[in-house]
Amino acid sequence: MTVSPRRAWPVRLGGPNVLQGLPRLPVLWAAIGGVALIGAATLGVLAGPVHIGLGTVVQTLVSPIPWFGHRTQAADSSQASILWSLRVPRVVLGAIVGGMLATAGAAYQGVFRNPLADPYLLGAAAGANLGATLAIAFAPGSSLIGVNVVPLAGFAGAAAAVAGAYVLGRTVTGLRNATGLILAGVAIAAFLNAVQTYIQQSQPSTIRQVYSWILGRLVTAGWDGVWLVLPYVAISIVVIFLHRRLLDALSVGEEEVNSLGISARRVRLIVVVAATLGTAAAVAIAGTIAFVGIIVPHTIRLLVGRSYRVVIPLSILFGAAFLVLADTAARTVAAPAELPIGVITALVGAPFFIVVMRSTRAAEL
Amino acid sequence: MRTHLIATSAKLVAATVVAAACGAATPASNSSTQSASFPVTINEVAGASVTIVKQPHRIVSLSPTATEMLYAIGAGTQVVAVDDQSNYPANAPTTKLSGFTPNIEAIAAYNPDLVVASDDTSGLVHGLAALSIPTLIEPAAKNLDGTYAQISQLGAATGLATAAESVNKKIRSDVAGIVSSIPKPARPISVYHELDDTYYSATSNTFIGQVYALFGLKNIADGATATAPDYPQLSAEYIVASSPDLVVLADTKCCHQDLHTVGARPGWSSIAAVKSGQVIGVDDDVASRWGPRVVDFLRLIAPHIRAVEASSP
Repeated sequence: MTVSPRRAWPVRLGGPNVLQGLPRLPVLWAAIGGVALIGAATLGVLAGPVHIGLGTVVQTLVSPIPWFGHRTQAADSSQASILWSLRVPRVVLGAIVGGMLATAGAAYQGVFRNPLADPYLLGAAAGANLGATLAIAFAPGSSLIGVNVVPLAGFAGAAAAVAGAYVLGRTVTGLRNATGLILAGVAIAAFLNAVQTYIQQSQPSTIRQVYSWILGRLVTAGWDGVWLVLPYVAISIVVIFLHRRLLDALSVGEEEVNSLGISARRVRLIVVVAATLGTAAAVAIAGTIAFVGIIVPHTIRLLVGRSYRVVIPLSILFGAAFLVLADTAARTVAAPAELPIGVITALVGAPFFIVVMRSTRAAEL
Repeated sequence: MRTHLIATSAKLVAATVVAAACGAATPASNSSTQSASFPVTINEVAGASVTIVKQPHRIVSLSPTATEMLYAIGAGTQVVAVDDQSNYPANAPTTKLSGFTPNIEAIAAYNPDLVVASDDTSGLVHGLAALSIPTLIEPAAKNLDGTYAQISQLGAATGLATAAESVNKKIRSDVAGIVSSIPKPARPISVYHELDDTYYSATSNTFIGQVYALFGLKNIADGATATAPDYPQLSAEYIVASSPDLVVLADTKCCHQDLHTVGARPGWSSIAAVKSGQVIGVDDDVASRWGPRVVDFLRLIAPHIRAVEASSP
């Protein structure tokens, strides 16, 4: 292992040599992704347990826009309220969370060069679940600066777990390679899961709340939830997006990154921190939604290409579209009852993924 | 690991909530007995029968509802230990014993001569049978008849059959009195019963749903029985669109919900019950048990139904 010279950060990312000749984002696929997201959002806004006619939907959505709003007659106020305060924010939140989880999954897979990496690999889910369980068991109903303490505890737990894994990985293996970090993450996750299960068992009255937290909480989402996660997700996605070329270099080998005068270790740290920040925010508001972070990036790799300049932007679009569709199914299939969204993502996502794998003869995974 | 955790949680949730689907109890075979007439054989709902050789004096209750029933019929002095969730009456000997994950050794350490539980989890009945300890399973009742049957069974099992019958008689007459105090509604009054702040509710297939049915209320959760017969998680937009006349919050303890928090939820301010202030906070425990305190619950709800009717056009 050579020690690379460190250059001032940030470097110019459009570097020479190894990064030449890798595919750019195909315009066609970007367009398909955009259309998929718009289509999913349209369906998500139109479908729901309460029937709201197309006319009402259009009227409600244009009414906040000046000029249009004045001309159109006010829609049925109860339906407008349902649409605007409940359904639209849920669609928006689904898109934010889906895009985030898929992007974080892709980033983790790149950083760790491990196809099985998902956003929860370093203990983010276990940490979030433990944080939320502690809040539910010991500080029920309390809030901090007007925000329910449960998502805050989830966010803190996720961030703390990954930080713990990073510190542990560095102490034990010196982070010479990614494997040490993964093993540290697995150990942390197992430990936190054990603590979480213990607390949950010793306080049976909290079980249902903990359970519904783990299965996701898009059910109660409103605009508050959107504003709560948006800043973190935005920062996270921008940082990962800016590192897509370095992830390509990293996929060739750590030496390739080091030869650019950039520390591979540092790239890994920055991408992991960014992905964790976004994942923690997503988990805090939506619970742990499995498979999105694995299925979406891999499907893109199989159908479009392996370069992170392709995978990252398309993961944002298709991840968002996928989760909006899954959530639409979650609230319409058994309407007016809800299905847990994690059930839908796995039930639909896993077979779809297998079909994609088969049809593309997944030699490249 | 996560999957395992979810599976475990799901199992436990099933035990806590959904397992209420067991059948109603049949009356004890020997309900006319006095304290002298042991041995007594109790036929359980599940088809099993339990023989209690002599009057028990060291009862362990792993079911909060059974604890309330035992104390109501005057068997409290025969109870030596109750589980960690049994918080009523206040003088019940609460221990660390768990009814969700019962530990046979820990139960046996109390040297019980009768164990009462609501579910046969973790091989409870089998394990205690090996120690010759009889176990009576009193699962969640489906309606008030189930409650009466379980009280009768506990009366027979403890040698207090006569006391049990008079408790039942009292509950019957209290219930009848409260229900008859409400005139037949001119239009259907709708109710939303909230189990937690993620909108889990209870349909008319459940005990609490049957309690609402006594008043002739229209339960909005019944719209979801096709896919989730007992305890569906309702969509927020469905609840808002249904605009129930009454909202009953059985999540005041677990989730600290009240009229204020409900009114602050997005879109909920348009709900009839929120507008008229008919959002009723109830004790989570009273609303989730099928014991004698159902009368307290009915008493709490009744004036609100009258208020809704009075304000109806």
